[in-house]
Amino acid sequence: MTDDQIKQAIIAIINDINPDEDTSNIDPAVRLREQLDLDSMDFLDIVMELRKRYGVHVPDTDYMELASLDSCVNYLRDKMAGKVLA
Amino acid sequence: MHYDAIIIGAGMSGLAAGIRLAMYDKKVVVLERHYVWGGLNSFYQFKGHQFDVGLHAMTNYAVKGARGLPLTRLLKQLRIRWDELDLHQQGFSSVSFPGVKLKFSNEFELLRSEVARAFPNQIDGFDALTRAVREFNELDLDAPQQDARPVVRRFITDPLLEDMIFCPLMFYGSAREHDMDWDQFVVMFKSIFFEGFARPQQGVRHVLKLLIDRYRKAGGELRLKTGVARILHENGRATGVALDDGSTITADTVLSSAGLVETGQMVGAAVGAAVGATPSGRLDGPPHGPPHGAAPTGKLSFTETISVLDRPARELGIEETIVFFSNTARFNYEQPADDVDTSSGVICMPGNFALPQEPNDHLVRITNIANYDRWAGMARDVDLRSAPVMRTSGPHAVGSGATSQTAADQRSTSQDYHAAKQRWYEQSCADVLAHVADFRPHVKLVDMFTPRTIRHYTGHEGGAVYGSPQKRRTGATGIEGLYIIGTDQGFLGIIGAALSGISMANRWVLQQSPEPAA
Ligand SMILES: Cc1cc2nc3c(=O)[nH]c(=O)nc-3n(C[C@H](O)[C@H](O)[C@H](O)COP(=O)(O)OP(=O)(O)OC[C@H]3O[C@@H](n4cnc5c(N)ncnc54)[C@H](O)[C@@H]3O)c2cc1C
Repeated sequence: MTDDQIKQAIIAIINDINPDEDTSNIDPAVRLREQLDLDSMDFLDIVMELRKRYGVHVPDTDYMELASLDSCVNYLRDKMAGKVLA
Repeated sequence: MHYDAIIIGAGMSGLAAGIRLAMYDKKVVVLERHYVWGGLNSFYQFKGHQFDVGLHAMTNYAVKGARGLPLTRLLKQLRIRWDELDLHQQGFSSVSFPGVKLKFSNEFELLRSEVARAFPNQIDGFDALTRAVREFNELDLDAPQQDARPVVRRFITDPLLEDMIFCPLMFYGSAREHDMDWDQFVVMFKSIFFEGFARPQQGVRHVLKLLIDRYRKAGGELRLKTGVARILHENGRATGVALDDGSTITADTVLSSAGLVETGQMVGAAVGAAVGATPSGRLDGPPHGPPHGAAPTGKLSFTETISVLDRPARELGIEETIVFFSNTARFNYEQPADDVDTSSGVICMPGNFALPQEPNDHLVRITNIANYDRWAGMARDVDLRSAPVMRTSGPHAVGSGATSQTAADQRSTSQDYHAAKQRWYEQSCADVLAHVADFRPHVKLVDMFTPRTIRHYTGHEGGAVYGSPQKRRTGATGIEGLYIIGTDQGFLGIIGAALSGISMANRWVLQQSPEPAA
């Protein structure tokens, strides 16, 4: 999966969690929490969805690696290698 | 058949927990003793009319796109769009005491200006109380328990205003008499005064349909008319349940919305010592409560009368959506010595929400505090599977709450009970007339339910709508794999109970999942 596809995968998950949220202008360098209505329950869901869709496991201790889209890409690049955008 | 999780009860908390687990591919079954879902907030048909059991109002209103509020959290967790809920806001409501009325709406500023008008020397204190409520984090499950009244009295020195603030919060969510836990006060204050009331055009049916559809679509299994008789456990670990029909189902986790005392009874007295329970089998344990005390049964139950009018209440000059009233300056939130305490209550006019269509029925609903033991004593105890039905003898005779539809249920109960309903219906209506216009000449049809009805259909001991005064905030019971959800976990009301189910499912099942192999 390319870096761009990883971003798309994350945004698709956020859209499913909160369909009422506008995700079209997310700044990849800024923390997601500062731009969107995401709380710790939602981060749990991002992790759960990553597992369900891509079989990727994110341990509790790594949740902060998902803070921004850029950090998601860095953290998930290896884990998502070879996976296809769902 | 082995399940990842068994959920006892298809009320708001059970269904919400079920959706979460099914969504993430857990093998889950919801077991419900009644023949319909919804629990304390269900629905029924009576003489061709569609009635809700509970719903006056959904608290915790949030506008579309509002951030960080309980309602939006719930919608996200269950993947429900805001529009799907079909919420319509209240016009305004009031707290009405002798000689003074405070209006409030979903705009907090209205309440503030009303307090400033009626209690000019209390407004600074009220503002300070508001700040204290805003700043308190009610989601911190480890915060020490403290009583609300002493905290509130630091800010509010007029006992009349104090009681007027407590009145709606207690009626809509206090399992304790006289006082509330401070964190529960904060939860209720925010959900009623900061956030406010709304309802779907079709009432609770609509909410339940959304939940059931989500649950089924996610692959969850629901079994109605399936009561749990016992919770099975070995060496301090839950292993499954035994059903009323004697069969058993096994599971890794059991989530129970039956209530703390009721769940303790299903666990059985034999393990009492092992789980620190009393000989009666009541669960003892974790935070928020004396370390060795048993959870008591709640003392607060209610009667509810439903009057169908021949015209909208508005046309009689009743403008409020909901009125919380007391006919005495001191508001007594306690179990009455008599059958019912009609000197205080809640009057709800569902037609006074800003609904797109005038509802089919023009209703006035009145809730009063009632004494379970007195109502239970009036009729022989019937078990949950043979429902009582009161026959009505005239257009104004009082019917039964939560009417069942099967012929087998057409057995009459004692005349006592019937006569008491009739008498208390009349008393209840007479005692609201200081607060709303006299609607009695316009009543076409009447229904009423009592603490006995509530016990009967939901299994809650003592008909205790808000459960035990002792809550289990962590959900833990002392038996591994068995957790309390819903009312007795500490979050109640429609939104609260659903959030309880969600957070317990997350905490005790989804976040416990082992790492996938490879
Ligand atoms: C008259 C009335 C008015 C109300 N008005 C409002 C309102 O306007 N707004 C609001 O937000 N809230 C209101 N509520 C409160 C709200 O309904 C409850 O707080 C909420 O529904 C509780 O949900 P729960 O899942 O915790 O419990 P419950 O709804 O009680 O669910 C428990 C379920 O478990 C089932 N069960 C119990 N034991 C067993 C067993 N052994 N085996 C199988 N199944 C079992 C019961 O049948 C029940 O369906 C009202 C309640 C009442 C009674």
